[in-house]
Amino acid sequence: MSQLPKPDREQLRTKYPDVFDRPASSRLAMPAMIVGAFAILVFGLVDLEFSPSKLFNGLHQLGWITLMMIPPDPGASLPLYLSALGETLSIALLGTTLAAIMALPVSLLAARNIVPSSFIRFPVRRFLDSIRGVDTLIWALVWINVVGLGPFAGVLAIAVSDFGAFGKLFSEAIEAADKKQVEGIRASGGNALHEIRFGLIPQVLPVIAGQVLYFIESNTRSATIIGIVGAGGIGLQLAEQIRVLEWQKVSFLILMILIAVAAIDWISTKLRFAIIGQRAVA
Amino acid sequence: MATAVSILPEPQLAVLTEAYRKAVARKRLRLTMAAAVFFAALVVAAIGAEVNLRTFFKFFGNFLSYFDRILTLEDGHRVWTNVGEWFWGWHKWLWLLGETILISYVGTLMGAVLAFALNFFAAQNTSPGPWLRFIVRRLLEFARTVPGIVFALIFVIAFGLGPMAGVLAIAIHSTGALGKLFSEIVENADMKPVEGVRSTGASWLSCMRFAVLPQVSAGYASYALLRFEINVREASVMGFVGAGGIGQELVVAIRKFYYSDVSAILLTIIVTVFIIDIGTGWLRGRLFGRDIRS
Repeated sequence: MSQLPKPDREQLRTKYPDVFDRPASSRLAMPAMIVGAFAILVFGLVDLEFSPSKLFNGLHQLGWITLMMIPPDPGASLPLYLSALGETLSIALLGTTLAAIMALPVSLLAARNIVPSSFIRFPVRRFLDSIRGVDTLIWALVWINVVGLGPFAGVLAIAVSDFGAFGKLFSEAIEAADKKQVEGIRASGGNALHEIRFGLIPQVLPVIAGQVLYFIESNTRSATIIGIVGAGGIGLQLAEQIRVLEWQKVSFLILMILIAVAAIDWISTKLRFAIIGQRAVA
Repeated sequence: MATAVSILPEPQLAVLTEAYRKAVARKRLRLTMAAAVFFAALVVAAIGAEVNLRTFFKFFGNFLSYFDRILTLEDGHRVWTNVGEWFWGWHKWLWLLGETILISYVGTLMGAVLAFALNFFAAQNTSPGPWLRFIVRRLLEFARTVPGIVFALIFVIAFGLGPMAGVLAIAIHSTGALGKLFSEIVENADMKPVEGVRSTGASWLSCMRFAVLPQVSAGYASYALLRFEINVREASVMGFVGAGGIGQELVVAIRKFYYSDVSAILLTIIVTVFIIDIGTGWLRGRLFGRDIRS
């Protein structure tokens, strides 16, 4: 076995000065950031009134709660919970569909290759951004004020908050579309509407369909919580049972939500594969 | 340059046209059927969700006038004519907003640390054993699927009202979400450095520290920053269930019809979310270059 030559430190040092003599600023940047992040954390813990005794008592309580959750048991209200779950799924489906229908025309206005003028695009984009900045639960509260308590308010809340997200995603999908097909339509004498219908939509539709399916899935999650503020669905039951400390029912409801989300997840993944093919699902 | 388009003889063409027509017809049929199923599902859902179009049209005016009302002060003027009156509670709101950001910061950091501790066990290529991997994955899945606000509801009962419940709820939910993303980064990491380190006789821990961590830390930080952005939004509603932050003020304002307060608080939340988005975007760009964002 041949012996490696002994490395000459001096020679290496002159050869790679960057490795041996890094400037202090780059050597200290990382520790400084860590110290900074840690300092904010400590400040946060103090300011938010964390204390070991509180944490310990809480964990103790939490342990009790978990013990009382076993075994999950719906009592006599299983039919009620099943219908609430159906309501939740309905809210997710309708809200997402409504949002997609509303967002499609607006997203055309926000796409650079459709509307070159930034005078229109900029306000449309900021408008969509502000809608997205408001949480679904807040929209639910607003809609409850308008149409009253119940699942309909939930549908509208999901529709509005997804409208913002879809507007952005759709416009990005449209901007990413290939220009050549649109040019082809134009070259064969199509007008602007033909360009959109035959050049753009066939490219964009599968992407959009995939996104809508994904959102139906994630909205099943959102729809489970909007009930907490009174907008229908299984969240209403969950919040009620938590407030009256019926822990067995709570764990049963959580289990129902987990299973429903997993089922929707499975179905929508299958459908997405069917629509846009295996590899396009990132 | 003249090119002639060659045209096939008639009988040959007829066969091809027929095949084309059949293929299109099959595609159309499938599409129509899918659309029919979808519409049937929509109708069933509409009945389930008690959708009432008449209520909708009757009250849609209310929705628009709601925005009219929240943009009007009590004396009947538009809010922007008297900003001092509009933001009369800015001192309290800013303080609560600071609390909201702090909740999401502490929650994200705790969640990231927990996810960091767990993700090597969840990734296929680094997990020490399949059993451990299965358990950790199910745990992360649970933490991810149960919405943060449900954790908050339960924690408010266990830990008492206040921001601590919010922080812990966000921390658990972030652990689930980040744990999955982190372990996906690890699964994409190059395993050759790990073999190199192991061949020197290093333990599992050293393998992770010296072979995997240098490859993945940038991705971790990027995802954690993204999560922070999401958590600021999430923390803004934690107050709805009494878990601290500005949500408490907002829910009171909405429920008690303090119209101009609603718009003021909403505006501060939206502006904060914008600033945080831009700030973390800038930070990610500075730390990891532009391309990592997508």
